[in-house]
Amino acid sequence: MQDLNKTTPEKYPIISLKGVYKAFESNEVLRGATLEVMRGENVAVLGRSGTGKSVLIKIVSGMLMADAGDVEVLGQDVERLSLKELQALRLRIGFSFQSSALYDSMTVRENLMFPLVRNKRHLTKKEKDAAVESVLDAVGLLQTLKQFPSELSGGQRKRIGIARTLILQPEIMLYDEPTAGLDPITSTEINALINQVQEQYKTTAIIITHDLACAKSTGNRVAILLDGVFYKTGTFEEVFADKDPRIQGFYDYNFTQ
Amino acid sequence: MSSGNFPKEKFLLSRGLDDFFASLYRMVVFIARFFKEVFRPPFEFNEIIRQCYDVGYKSLSLICLTAFITGLVFTKQSRPSLAEFGATSWLPSLVAIAILKALAPLVTALICAGKVGSNIGAELGSMKVSEQIEAMEVSATNPFKFLVVSRILATTIMIPILAFFFGGIGLYGSFVDVHMHENTSFVLFFEAAFEKIQFADFYVSIIKTIVFGFTIGTVGCIQGYKATQGTVGVGRAANSAVVISMFLIFIEEVLIVTIANAIRAI
Repeated sequence: MQDLNKTTPEKYPIISLKGVYKAFESNEVLRGATLEVMRGENVAVLGRSGTGKSVLIKIVSGMLMADAGDVEVLGQDVERLSLKELQALRLRIGFSFQSSALYDSMTVRENLMFPLVRNKRHLTKKEKDAAVESVLDAVGLLQTLKQFPSELSGGQRKRIGIARTLILQPEIMLYDEPTAGLDPITSTEINALINQVQEQYKTTAIIITHDLACAKSTGNRVAILLDGVFYKTGTFEEVFADKDPRIQGFYDYNFTQ
Repeated sequence: MSSGNFPKEKFLLSRGLDDFFASLYRMVVFIARFFKEVFRPPFEFNEIIRQCYDVGYKSLSLICLTAFITGLVFTKQSRPSLAEFGATSWLPSLVAIAILKALAPLVTALICAGKVGSNIGAELGSMKVSEQIEAMEVSATNPFKFLVVSRILATTIMIPILAFFFGGIGLYGSFVDVHMHENTSFVLFFEAAFEKIQFADFYVSIIKTIVFGFTIGTVGCIQGYKATQGTVGVGRAANSAVVISMFLIFIEEVLIVTIANAIRAI
């Protein structure tokens, strides 16, 4: 199987999901979801809460295994990888959690150092410090180096969470509800940061959201997840030009409420 | 993988029994994974030392206070019964046998099950429900090695050391009471105390504390690691870590003493 990287031509799927099924006991979440994400593009996955959006990116990162279907990431079949191979693949994937998932007992610096110390052992202390400062600068929070997560605002925690994933210079970014629980101004800042990451780090991304403003500003394409399948994909304008009441209902709910 | 049909839910025995055996199986797998990971590099030395400090040093004052009072009160309460037979001179050896063979390992383990076990259960439970463990996993770090192996090693190493302190301070508490009543010297008290103690007694106590330490660490980690349902799950993990640890400690105490006595009888 061909290993894909940043030199892979555009229009080549970096992430490929074909007929993915996933259930939790009797709750059938994904029912044959199919999606391809090309190199360098940001795909915003829209859907209501509980429709399996987060499950989808956990399957992509190998945290959950699909019950059926094919999952290929960077040219590798995630389902067939050994633990060692999966860990090597994960180094190329950044995962930004909805809750930020910063380690409470560590300072911002220690949070950022954590993946670096364990995965880039060849780096000197000076190089590691420089890497930490570089990603913190990229998210605009250099001053928080010695603070604990509990001392940061929600927006700052999201940015530090993104910085922690960027420190390993991933090729793929998976954002789980990046603007959930944030005020409109902070949400706009996070959206801008996602676009900045795509441009600066040349990443391919899936952005899980139910926030249409976020999908519109960050997604090169939008994919609507309904009843466990991708109901409609295309650019934001293409998708919402559709007069399908289920899609329009989603649009109206977001922009009129 | 190509079929889209979901497997239907089936039970081998009943839902309850299936769940029980599934939990037992998961526990065995968890312990087997510990033994697999503990010898495999890279080793998280800094985290192990930090956990040893948390488990050992931070519990030391509580253990010492409890030990001193246990030794003192045990001596005070035993005195009238022995005095009836004019056998108060037996107090040092009686207290030494009670503390070194039974109380030091057991009370230390019970205190640590409450203090350390609940802490491990709550900390890992909180990390689990706030996705911190998953965050480690996706950053290609082995959370099991970092969080679980370090904690189980810390409790297995530090609880025997804490029990050693308990034994020493407990005997000192006893000495204080004996000295106040009989004006016995420190050297004489300890000579009398160790007169009836054999090396095998220490040996059994050390094995007990190692087993108790391993149990407290393992149960705390398992309960924390499987926590779900937010803050309720964290509370449940902390609570069940204490209850299950204590239950297992009592069973292990009975088993080890029975086996040790059987071996001695041979």
